[in-house]
Amino acid sequence: MSLKRKDLLGIQDLSVEEITLFLDTAESFKEVSVRDIKKVPALRGKTVVNLFFEPSTRTRTSFELAAKRLSADVINFAVSASSVSKGETLLDTARNIEAMQADFIVLRHPMAGAPNILAKLLRASVVNAGDGGHEHPTQALLDLYTLREKKRAFKGLRLAIVGDIAHSRVARSNIYALTKMGAEVRVVGPPTMLPLEVERLGVKAFYHLDDGLRGVDVIMMLRLQLERQGIALFPSIREYSKLYCLTPERMKLAAPDALVMHPGPINRGVEIAPEVADSLSSVILDQVTNGVAVRMAVLYLLSGGK
Amino acid sequence: MSRRSPHVRPELVEGPTVLIRHGRVIDPGRINGPADVLIEHGKITAVGAGLKASDGVAVIDADGKWVLPGFVDLHVHFREPGFEYKETIATGAAAAVAGGFTSVCCMPNTQPVNDNQSVTEFILEKATAAGLAHVFPIGAITKGSEGKALAEFGDLKQAGCVAVSDDGKPVMNAMVMRRALEYARIFDLPVVDHCECTHLSEGGGMHEGQVATEMGLHGIPSASEDVMVARNLALAELTGGRLHLAHLSTAGSVRMVREAKARGINVTAEACPHHFLLTEEAVREFNTHAKMNPPLRSRTDVEAIKAGLKDGTIDVIATDHAPHAAFEKEREFDSAPFGIVGLETAWGLALVLVEEGVLTVEQVVAALTVQPARAFGLAKGTLAVGADADVTIVDPDAHWVVAPEQFKSKGRNTPFAGWKLKGRVVSTLVGGRVVYP
Repeated sequence: MSLKRKDLLGIQDLSVEEITLFLDTAESFKEVSVRDIKKVPALRGKTVVNLFFEPSTRTRTSFELAAKRLSADVINFAVSASSVSKGETLLDTARNIEAMQADFIVLRHPMAGAPNILAKLLRASVVNAGDGGHEHPTQALLDLYTLREKKRAFKGLRLAIVGDIAHSRVARSNIYALTKMGAEVRVVGPPTMLPLEVERLGVKAFYHLDDGLRGVDVIMMLRLQLERQGIALFPSIREYSKLYCLTPERMKLAAPDALVMHPGPINRGVEIAPEVADSLSSVILDQVTNGVAVRMAVLYLLSGGK
Repeated sequence: MSRRSPHVRPELVEGPTVLIRHGRVIDPGRINGPADVLIEHGKITAVGAGLKASDGVAVIDADGKWVLPGFVDLHVHFREPGFEYKETIATGAAAAVAGGFTSVCCMPNTQPVNDNQSVTEFILEKATAAGLAHVFPIGAITKGSEGKALAEFGDLKQAGCVAVSDDGKPVMNAMVMRRALEYARIFDLPVVDHCECTHLSEGGGMHEGQVATEMGLHGIPSASEDVMVARNLALAELTGGRLHLAHLSTAGSVRMVREAKARGINVTAEACPHHFLLTEEAVREFNTHAKMNPPLRSRTDVEAIKAGLKDGTIDVIATDHAPHAAFEKEREFDSAPFGIVGLETAWGLALVLVEEGVLTVEQVVAALTVQPARAFGLAKGTLAVGADADVTIVDPDAHWVVAPEQFKSKGRNTPFAGWKLKGRVVSTLVGGRVVYP
């Protein structure tokens, strides 16, 4: 099976078969990352442009490594430093990059839907590396990959996603991915961080962390955006931690073999206790490793790889 | 009266004698049936069966057509002065008459804001030069529409403003709104509010509900409109001022206005075609042509707006015609401006309500003519003998497809592109002169 799409914009419109294809393909690429010579010629002569309108180290580096291990040429285009400050529109920036014959544009943007606009207007394949509060599809794919590695099957798996669901693209992509794959998803957070009608996404909502954690197989912690404290979403970091920090005591409410995930970077002691982040239950670093393999699979499949 | 008279070139008022024959005349509350309309010196001089054409009379054959009072739009943005790249008064007026609108009221959010006599006079001069639709300026409620000090309503009225509004920038301070409603009573000016609590809507680009949740877009809750409608109704009750609520979009607004009217509060309200035909679903795929303020809401809200039109809670169909340049809408959803054009689609879209059995033809015509005219006290919207000869002739059976590239407006920003509509404006007369086509 091959992928019949030019772009990866989100998980919402992917089929179960497509998700599975990404995961299966990533599996063969994971092996490349542990070789002595970590390179295959799959994308030789292709150009990948990382177009990042938000600061990001982890995702950008992961895409860069993925492209390089596929032998593509990679350009990192950090936008805050260049055209945007001169008033150029997203579309003009992207058209300029495409005029340089880029084959892939990996876009990180603070506004939801930005990759959708580019995908519609450009010939190049567009990969969404996170757009506002919308989606972060490669994050969800690498989370699924990590889960499949550790837990084998998605059916019947009970997960809790904890934190600012309303503003989180990671939460959204994971909700779409996990519910499609048959997992039972809970979202946990204060009502100020749960979007309206969230349960219509096929999840169950909890305000109390203890209730949400009971019996779950996987806990996915979201990074707390510290700048949102005050009148906006929560009164103080202190109270947030008291209510929503994943501590060793709270871990006992989950299934004994429960896994802890986090898209990073973590705020130690805010949403996750250091003992938990560093415990055996934590697969946070596996997520990072798998991220490269998954992004290799994404670039490869979008290029029409068979 | 003189200030409410047509702002067209004087020589146009002395128009030719015209006889519109064999049409079905629909002048709500007055006549709905076959009749001829005679126009002399820019006025309607007779309406009735079998009117005779004397020598030198221009005859318009309206066989199979409907002959209606020219439409009146209480809510347009013509962008001039300041944003002529989006629209000018001339292009806006051309769009108006192409859509059957012979009178339009233009919002003051220009640059500079229409908060003083000279801007009002400038707008009227441009409108006169264009010589198409009558343009009635709406003055600002507060200086610079900054929500603080009241603008000089007396001067604005004298210069030709027919209402006051800070449209686009809601009057957030309740005391300022109270004073505006009170002070406007001297001049019997309607105070028009765009009801939006900007604290609740901050950062939002679409309706807050399931679709926004799915798309990860910031929402504008229905409550941001509802709380301001509630506040404004309370202030209208307190002051006895004349309140007009722009573009209602929520079930809550309709419910509150209905209750307020039943208690005799002096309020009128308008709704736009997009708010009774489209829901939040239109935003999917990050469609910036479905981005307007207030936003497209839920199915329940759409049904409530229709019910409000049906039972008369909502008096007026207005367009909120808001042209933007193509490049401004070709952007990230969050950075694209709010607003769509509406003048050239309103009639066809309003007729959908007839198709759906929500309104009768006469009710649709009333919501586009006599009712808006009454809300702002304009001597317009009727074919009564002695009225200005502003007439719109439509072909009720013409099928057409909305093609933005053919618009007279500079704005092409519409979510209705490609819609197949029935019922089209074929001819528009202002002061007895054919201004469209």
